[in-house]
Amino acid sequence: METAVTPHSNYLTDGYTLKSWLLTRDHKRIGLLYLISVTGFFLLGAIFAGLIRAELLTPAGDLVSSDTYNRLFTMHGVVMVFFFLIPAIPSVLGNFLLPLMIGAKDLAFPRINLLSWYLYTIGGLFTLWALVTGGVDTGWTFYTPYSSAFSHSKVALVIVGIFINGFSSILTGLNFIVTVHKMRAPGMTWFRLPLFVWAHYATGLVMILGTPVIAITLVMVAAERLLGLGIFDPKLGGDPVLFQHLFWFYSHPAVYIMILPALGIMSELVAAFSRKAIFGYKFVAFSSLAIAVFGFLVWGHHMFVSSESVYSAMAFSLLSFLVAIPSAVKVFNWSATMYKGSISFEAPMLYVFGFIGLFLIGGLTGLFLAAIAVDIHVTDTYFVVAHFHYIMVGGTIMMFMGGLHYWWPKIFGKLYNEFWAKVAAVTIFLGFNLTFFPQFIVGYLGMPRRYHAYPPEFQLWNILSTAGATLLAVGYAMPAIYLAASLFRGKPAPANPWGAKGLEWETSSPPPTHNFETTPVVTEPPYNYGK
Amino acid sequence: MTDSRAQGPSVLQHHFDNLGQQFEASTLGMWLFLVTEILFFGGLFTAYMVYRMQYPEAFAEASHHLDIVLGGVNTAVLIGSSLTVVLAVRGAQLGRRNQQVLFLVLTILLGTAFLGIKAVEYGHKFADHLVPGPGFQFEGDAPHAQLFFSLYFVMTGLHAVHMIVGIGLMAVMAVWAWRGRFSQAYHTPVEISGLYWHFVDIVWIFLFPLLYLIDRHGMAK
Repeated sequence: METAVTPHSNYLTDGYTLKSWLLTRDHKRIGLLYLISVTGFFLLGAIFAGLIRAELLTPAGDLVSSDTYNRLFTMHGVVMVFFFLIPAIPSVLGNFLLPLMIGAKDLAFPRINLLSWYLYTIGGLFTLWALVTGGVDTGWTFYTPYSSAFSHSKVALVIVGIFINGFSSILTGLNFIVTVHKMRAPGMTWFRLPLFVWAHYATGLVMILGTPVIAITLVMVAAERLLGLGIFDPKLGGDPVLFQHLFWFYSHPAVYIMILPALGIMSELVAAFSRKAIFGYKFVAFSSLAIAVFGFLVWGHHMFVSSESVYSAMAFSLLSFLVAIPSAVKVFNWSATMYKGSISFEAPMLYVFGFIGLFLIGGLTGLFLAAIAVDIHVTDTYFVVAHFHYIMVGGTIMMFMGGLHYWWPKIFGKLYNEFWAKVAAVTIFLGFNLTFFPQFIVGYLGMPRRYHAYPPEFQLWNILSTAGATLLAVGYAMPAIYLAASLFRGKPAPANPWGAKGLEWETSSPPPTHNFETTPVVTEPPYNYGK
Repeated sequence: MTDSRAQGPSVLQHHFDNLGQQFEASTLGMWLFLVTEILFFGGLFTAYMVYRMQYPEAFAEASHHLDIVLGGVNTAVLIGSSLTVVLAVRGAQLGRRNQQVLFLVLTILLGTAFLGIKAVEYGHKFADHLVPGPGFQFEGDAPHAQLFFSLYFVMTGLHAVHMIVGIGLMAVMAVWAWRGRFSQAYHTPVEISGLYWHFVDIVWIFLFPLLYLIDRHGMAK
């Protein structure tokens, strides 16, 4: 069965049948299955976002009814959070690259990896089913008692979908952690691991420690809704605020599931396009773990106005400020890496600069929200909406795009059109800021989130935001065209088109089925760019 | 796709270098999975803790309606099953096929006995109108007793689901052991199924005192 690997044989040519894809245990093929799925969900979530922005173009609620609007923003949140942002980078790029980067033949549990994709798909189908049979209107936060006792929408179906999808996330995280511990090539010590791997290790920890809690919380909501058990129902002495505690115990760390892998990609790109070793490698590595740990201690800052005691609010506020420290360590170290580096401005590097800008604005406004007095003023306004989009969307998608461009030649063995890639990167950056910066202002002025109508004095800001969303849509459409075109008309990519360091660049593009012809032996430190 | 087992009877999967690495990876994987299970049950234990501290009298009162004899017997049954699992794993380590099969079957029987006794207890709760919902009847602080029984059913129900999964796992292990799939060199599946079984036992060791033994320590007010 084993044939000698020639340059003509790679994981893409190893079987062309549908079965060879749907039953594959190759981490690279599973990564591509995820790429197709998350792109589909991204498109769906983006359509909801487009409808929301179209409704908000005018102050009157004239395009959709308030009931439909509730369903739109709920489905936008559910699809984007659970089915795009959380799996996007780890399940696509992490899956593809983690074994390559550490010199392994595959993840530790290839069958469980495939199972993860099926769980993700089945969870997604439940959510789509809920969507076509009427949708859900609770907000992606499912606050009780509305979700458990009053809503007439398809809450239970969506909960089942998210529950199943949660196990996909747990199994991916578990697979990553075991792989990093047990599958490293000879000489690949912990402090020779690429920072992308450190970031995914930290992400895996958050996935396995946080996700089970949202799973059991949703089981309790479902038990209350379907079986009439009263756990959060105030009529039975239950406490709806307990739901908020349990929900945010996962859902705040979930933000770090989205952003940590993006921070990992940042470290790879900054080093590669500055031709310089990462400044303060160990600090960047441990700051990922610090973010993962602090991330579990700050959930109470979502509940400053939900009857939380003053003292616990103060503690949560202080802990929330602390998250800024490891985040800032990273940004300063990237800047120091670029200092006196030989910087070049290929498309992935443009995403790096875009990321730094958006992460900075998102991070600093996070400090506003960690301050109790300011937070109470802007709770449930568009200021909060703008803040979390800057981090979750600005941060995660910028790096998903940056990473996808950087590793595209490795994944498909084709070069894309550099000119259009640069145009798209700039368009996305401008479109993003035009969409979300006005929301900071209109939120600070007092526009609440989750309403389909608003006072006329806010219209100017909403027109700007909708215009930005249009530009953003153009920016996202461009890569879909030129990346797809590169598959058919792109020039063949060499093994290492960027002249970058890292084991993934030492194998051919695309890699052979078993990743390396012979197991690599690592003898040098990471990012050994000779400067 | 290339399946390594198609090349022969080897139990070493293609992406591992040797059986030792495969064993370590599988064991670490199961331990991490058990960590996620702790957090899964952890949400329920948190809810229990919060409500018990808010309504201690109602919880104590409701707890007296649980059958301490059946619960105690079930605890003994489960601890016994942990012993049989250990002996099955030991049999695998020594390469004794018959010992493995015997103790795996005993484990399955004990697990089934546990579920049977649990079903009898659930039946009594239905008969006594102690199941949360419109039919719930309780002398005393009924709403908060209902909260106790909601948690009782969710926690023990979820534990029972884990028992059913465990029995399924043990049945697969028994068949594989019967067919001689395991040897002294390779018995990873038995070991990690054993880890899972012990975990499910330990959950019950916490559930039993928390649910059945409230206010039975002789220092009641």
